[in-house]
Amino acid sequence: MDNTFINYLPLLAIVIPLAASIVLCWGKSLGETAVKAIALVGFILPAVIALVLAFQFGDAPRGDEGYAFLTDTDLGLQSSVGISLLLGLNGISMPLFVLAGVVGLAAGLHAIQSKAERLPLYLQLLLVMQGGLMGVFASVDIFFFYFFHEFALIATFIMIGIWGGQGRRSAAMELTIYLTLGAMLALLGLIYLYISTDSVSFSLIELRKVVASQPISELVQKNIFGLLLFGFGILVSLFPFHSWAPRGYAAMPTGAAMLHSGVLKKFGLYGLVQVAAPLLQAGALGWSELLVWLALGNILIIGFVTIAQRDLKQMIGYSSVMHMGYIFLGIATMTVVGAGGAVLLMVAHGFSVALMFMLATAIFNRTRTYDMTEMGGLGPHAPLLSGFFVAASLASVGLPGFANFWGELTVFVSLWHNYPWAVAPAVLGVVISAIYGMRAIARVFYGPETELFKKTAAAGNIRDITMGERIPASILIIALAVIGLWPQSVSRDINDAVEGIEAFSRPSMMNHAEPLADAEAPAANTEDTAS
Amino acid sequence: MNLEAFQAFAADNQWGVLWPELSMALLAVLLLVIDLFAAPLRKSVIPALALGGQAVILVILVLSFGCAAVGDYFSQMVNLTTLGQVFRVFFVLTSLLVCYVGWVYLQRQNLPRTEFFALTIMIAAGMMILGNASNFVMLFVALETVTIGFYVMVAYARHSPYSLEGGLKYLIMGALSTSLLLFGIVLLYGAAGNPSLPHYTGDGLSYANLNNFIVANPDNLLVLVGAALVLCAICFKIGAVPFQIWIPDVYQGAPTPVTAFLAVGSKAAGFVVLINLLRGPFAALEAFTFPLLAAICAVTILFGNLTALGQRNVKRVIGMSGIAHAGYLLLGVLALIKGVDWAVWAIVFYLFTYLFGSFAIFGVMAHLAGPDDENQELEHYQNLAKNQPFLAGVLAIGLGSLAGIPPLAGFIGKLLLFIAAFEARLYSLLGVAIIGVVISIYYYFGWIREAYFKTLEVPPDEASGETARPYPHPRSLSLAHRLLLGALAAFTVLLGIYQGAFGSSPF
Repeated sequence: MDNTFINYLPLLAIVIPLAASIVLCWGKSLGETAVKAIALVGFILPAVIALVLAFQFGDAPRGDEGYAFLTDTDLGLQSSVGISLLLGLNGISMPLFVLAGVVGLAAGLHAIQSKAERLPLYLQLLLVMQGGLMGVFASVDIFFFYFFHEFALIATFIMIGIWGGQGRRSAAMELTIYLTLGAMLALLGLIYLYISTDSVSFSLIELRKVVASQPISELVQKNIFGLLLFGFGILVSLFPFHSWAPRGYAAMPTGAAMLHSGVLKKFGLYGLVQVAAPLLQAGALGWSELLVWLALGNILIIGFVTIAQRDLKQMIGYSSVMHMGYIFLGIATMTVVGAGGAVLLMVAHGFSVALMFMLATAIFNRTRTYDMTEMGGLGPHAPLLSGFFVAASLASVGLPGFANFWGELTVFVSLWHNYPWAVAPAVLGVVISAIYGMRAIARVFYGPETELFKKTAAAGNIRDITMGERIPASILIIALAVIGLWPQSVSRDINDAVEGIEAFSRPSMMNHAEPLADAEAPAANTEDTAS
Repeated sequence: MNLEAFQAFAADNQWGVLWPELSMALLAVLLLVIDLFAAPLRKSVIPALALGGQAVILVILVLSFGCAAVGDYFSQMVNLTTLGQVFRVFFVLTSLLVCYVGWVYLQRQNLPRTEFFALTIMIAAGMMILGNASNFVMLFVALETVTIGFYVMVAYARHSPYSLEGGLKYLIMGALSTSLLLFGIVLLYGAAGNPSLPHYTGDGLSYANLNNFIVANPDNLLVLVGAALVLCAICFKIGAVPFQIWIPDVYQGAPTPVTAFLAVGSKAAGFVVLINLLRGPFAALEAFTFPLLAAICAVTILFGNLTALGQRNVKRVIGMSGIAHAGYLLLGVLALIKGVDWAVWAIVFYLFTYLFGSFAIFGVMAHLAGPDDENQELEHYQNLAKNQPFLAGVLAIGLGSLAGIPPLAGFIGKLLLFIAAFEARLYSLLGVAIIGVVISIYYYFGWIREAYFKTLEVPPDEASGETARPYPHPRSLSLAHRLLLGALAAFTVLLGIYQGAFGSSPF
């Protein structure tokens, strides 16, 4: 394939969904089939492009800082404030780019076959989200990284409002205000970063170069990292800034919930790994201890809250907040293993939580309730659906064979080296998630049939999983299993990229003695040679 | 006076330089003349001529941009700058759009039409001179042209008590601001003419002379009091706290197009004067103007956003949010005082995004308003997306832009202001601005929520009574309206994604 063309593929992956969304403005005159076909194209092409790029990535010529497929487009602000649409992918962004493409495809397929009213508008907004998400992970320019995130966020607001569930009016407002606060703090942090480096560009590559030659003073680093940590933290539902998440997800329509929890929420984590920590090493080290405590708050406190949930969708929402804790822990260790595990876990969690939200809606469509105590006995009626749900729950608990296992394992390993005291509570979190996962399976699919369930079953609308649900669910399960059985497919690139970042070279505290001894030995050698 | 001096004096009067202002004024007079002699044509010809004439002026102005030589004219009364030329374009565009909104508005009202257009265009001509004035006499005359025009326009809907109330309030407050301005000018003039001070000047009204004097005497008490009074008068125009008290009632009572004119034109005029003064005669007063304006900026942002929260009338929401926008713009002005020169461009860019966003909203408002113009509540926008998807889309884009949401133009405007403020190290004010932006999400998105979120419709038998009814205006829009509103929305989106030549400072 022509090299120059392949470089434009990331741009195409952003533009195609947006273009499809614009075409759907004339949805009424197009007719339903055409609308669905156009939307399908808008969802499939980015996923295909992402996969093609992922396969080409290993051999692609690399530019600075390990970025491949670089293209630079000046949209007018380059000469004045150094902002240009610089797209490219490195080992950290590549897997997340694929995640965005695949989860977007699954969400799109699910939406196309759903019977949502005003379907064209629904697909339009979902496509805008999709375009934004592809842009977030393909942007090398940190301004556009932020810009695309907001793109996707605003679509979410309207989607909650029109197709949302209970409490949508206030949930939409709460979510938007809370997330805008986070985004604004992050934006301030990014501008602060740009100003204090004397960089002429918002490009991440340029910023890394400038920081490498003239590091920012430690105090300023700490200030900036604090802004970014809490800004991004709010966006990722870091404890105690998580309250928007469960309510918001409970109110979101399925497609939006899949994309938001699966992909959009990774924005903040990605920002910490790709932007904040590498550029602000001292700042990140200064904050890492606090971050560990907050992450443990995510795991333990939210974990117990999750156990107490009766509402299936709320439970998934809380569990997704809880799992963010592991990723934060991985980042807080500031080691190659930890950061790599965090990225792997981001990908894994993205697939699994999207699958969970999709299946929750599938269950709701059959039982007409999200209240788990009102459910029961769905298993015999819908064996395939229950199979999918069991697999998804096990994946999200971290069973070997699924991607999440590898992510959590590496995070624990890195934690053991730097914060050994935190391993025990973190592992306790796995037990907690096993408890609520298993309980959900038992309550929803097994056990005696409740009154309500008998009533809906008598009405005769209980079918097993339909084709429209089966295809997206299979896509996500396969993705989880592929990474689970062959983690190297993803981890090698992540590792290469993370190893290249100096900030993640923190020595492990457990083995402190050995590196010191090593350091003395060569010193002696040099003396010898000198004499 | 001997003849040669007079010739030298007159040689400076190059009337050609002022052709945009003159042609605007001539257009206004032409409208009045046609109204006098060809009354039957009133309905059809006048709006077309007003809109078409301004469109022609605008096109020529844009095409000939940069042709006029920058410099002093009319014995230093007028100092033509690039900034002034940009603002000429801004004001002609504003006036054109006000005339458009006014045209929509007047179709529903039993009010005289010609005067509306003539006054709007005349005021715009005043604003255009204001942007290039370099002498306090010129400034005062131009500003009074604008203000007196607004006295009439606010009270234009003379059968509406709200409009009359607004007119009266604007008259009183405007008179107060004028007197403050005049008093400040006189103090400056008096101080500058004191022969016992270094660099005293006989012509303390000219910016250049006054600047020389102030540089030599930056601590003179009279100068400081005079400058403070002049700044206060400008704060009236831009609607900064504590000089914002006239805004809610006047914005609500004034006809929608006039509200738009006040919100965009008057505010921009205030800012161009402010920039000219702070870069000109008051440049040496940095130590005094900075803390004064910084305090005003912080309070303005918070006050505007907090008071907008509780409003249900959309005109008041726009008014209060306009106060907040003045606060954000002051952030740019402060960066300018601190020596970040490109902040001027950030301010101008922001004003243009504010222009497009605001007129998108005002256009929608004018189309949806019933015969009682001052009564436009948030409830009237319920289910707009279902009944009028086009208008709802334009509204959402306009509001999103004012809220500063990517990928809309308003976001780029805010970004530039914030970067400028960062360069000037205004950290605490940036914190205040962020709080303001987050608060503003509530009312901007609350408005979008009314338009987009599905609401349960009250059954007709229960609805009779005091319940607010949605407007019975699901009229279809003609292509011309769609094109114009669509263009405003498209500009707002486009400027947010692709800035092109506007993406770097021309100053």
